[in-house]
Amino acid sequence: MSNLTAQAEGKPKDWVPKGDLQKVVTPEQMFFELPREKLFITGSEAAREAIRRANVDVAISYPITPQSETMQQAGYLYDDGYIKEYYRGEEEIGVMSAMSGASRAGVRCLTATAGPGLMRGLEAISSWPGARVPLVLLDMCRVINTPLAIQPDNIEMSFLLNTGLLVLHAENQQDFYDYPLAAFMVSEEVDVTLPAVVSTDGFFVTHARGPVEIPSEEYKLPPRDGWRSAVPAMDNENPPARLSRDAPIQKSNFISYHMHASWQQEVFAAVERSAKYFRKYLNGLVEVINPGAEDFIIASGSAVSQAREAVRQEGENGRTVGLVKVKCLRPFPKAEIIEAVKDAKRILIPEFNQAGWMQKEVCSVLYGRSKAIISDGPRVFGGMTMPTEMILEWLEEARKRTP
Amino acid sequence: MAVKRYNVRMAGIGGQGVVTASHIISNGVVISGGYSSLVPFFGSEKRNAPVESYVRISNHTIYEIGEIIYPNVIMIFHPSVITLGKSYTMPFYTGLKKRGIILINNRTPIKLSRDEERELEEKEARVYYIPATDMANDVAKTDLATNMAMCGAISGLFGLPDLKSLGESVKDRFLGKGIVTSGGTAALDSAIEKKFAKKQKLMEANMMTLEAAYNYVRDKGWADEDATATATKTAAV
Repeated sequence: MSNLTAQAEGKPKDWVPKGDLQKVVTPEQMFFELPREKLFITGSEAAREAIRRANVDVAISYPITPQSETMQQAGYLYDDGYIKEYYRGEEEIGVMSAMSGASRAGVRCLTATAGPGLMRGLEAISSWPGARVPLVLLDMCRVINTPLAIQPDNIEMSFLLNTGLLVLHAENQQDFYDYPLAAFMVSEEVDVTLPAVVSTDGFFVTHARGPVEIPSEEYKLPPRDGWRSAVPAMDNENPPARLSRDAPIQKSNFISYHMHASWQQEVFAAVERSAKYFRKYLNGLVEVINPGAEDFIIASGSAVSQAREAVRQEGENGRTVGLVKVKCLRPFPKAEIIEAVKDAKRILIPEFNQAGWMQKEVCSVLYGRSKAIISDGPRVFGGMTMPTEMILEWLEEARKRTP
Repeated sequence: MAVKRYNVRMAGIGGQGVVTASHIISNGVVISGGYSSLVPFFGSEKRNAPVESYVRISNHTIYEIGEIIYPNVIMIFHPSVITLGKSYTMPFYTGLKKRGIILINNRTPIKLSRDEERELEEKEARVYYIPATDMANDVAKTDLATNMAMCGAISGLFGLPDLKSLGESVKDRFLGKGIVTSGGTAALDSAIEKKFAKKQKLMEANMMTLEAAYNYVRDKGWADEDATATATKTAAV
């Protein structure tokens, strides 16, 4: 907040925003070199600590469970001066549109939403990649379909996969600290210049406690340089490609089709170019446990945690089960997955949604490249947790079917 | 090292501090050097509505998340969870692992239906009744300390978290950096703080309630080393 605003809100005249006292470090120092302290905190608190260190200029949000707690925490950061501007938008279309404007102004922007809020904002959200606006959206997944519930279910993520957004899926509180910081840095790389989403399964991560290792709050990431981008910040009054000004250009002749096609091809090429940065900052797009196993589980988000326990229990019983944790959904780690499961005979894909979007992704990548039988599940939805027992039963079934 | 694992499901009603109790127990386990995670079930946060929360306790890294569907420990904070069905899980022992423990806050055993009795017998469930609300009223002079008694009882049963770490965790909750449970809890905090002129006094009352429940469980001889072995076996099934 500006000094005038600060004084109007009752801060002393010599009030200094705490963000101004932080020391800027390189992403490499922040992610890999600074010593870390281990805390036992909720996912919302982990996100707060990420935001504190992310050098955020503007945060805009509208409350929705289970996102509200994180953005309430962000309010304290604003009060302390770690975030320069923060306000509640009128609703999600307003929020996501304002984010687009804020990013065009060349500053670092953050928002967060959940389930139905994401759906409401989707019109504006799907316009972001083409507008080439770097920003970060935290997405705390919850049920969107009927009967409606506030419990976690990540079907909403399938709507994000084909928009040109960068999409990460955080497994736990640690990831929900690490991934947003990486997302900011990658989103603002010149040859990327795209918005990024960090999804996590609501409640299971946001409202649950887990171990999180973080560096001291004295440090923050470098600020965004507004001029470092693939295209100039788009001035809608004078659009560089006359995209939004001249109605006939948009719809009624082939120039507009060519323009749209090349524009979108470049967006998705930029998504692929981001892979090298995510590989560096996330220590690879995937994590592989027990490479070479005949039974493999491929999962992202909370499903990974359940799969880890299944792998452990199978190990206790002398059976080796492999696991691929997919950290990054866009860009999708095709080569890594093909390599990881090359010896697999059976693949399970546990998911927390009805649609089975991960299963479809994996099938499209492995078609013709793997002899493994890919099970159509297991899946839970409507907010239920997947008990480890369910994964173990599916494994046993798969072994019976393909000995 | 054998993997020890307690999967605890807690049920009670809004305002009793069930979610707070799960944070305190879980944090206590971490303070004592163990591993723990917790997650509340999210319905509406309001007085008298059903509340459930889940805590995993182990001597080994915990991977799983989400609600506990197959617990080996169930804590019932209020008899109406059973008698009025104020619960997200009906009947209250659904999913209980064989030889699991059920700890119920009530003076006397609750009359269950014949089917319920039979199913509990089949599961070889060990059902313990503890007058936690009475203890809270006697020791802390407020029923708001019921959750403290339940926390103390868990320590008495499993020794994990130990009483000292549990006390540290309570301190964290009321005096330390503060534990974020939910926005609604802040209102409850100010209500309880009014009852106690000083936070220190509140702390002492809480500590005494923890100890009283701990001793109650130990005196009854419920602390069962065998429970540890059972938990290990069932977790590995």
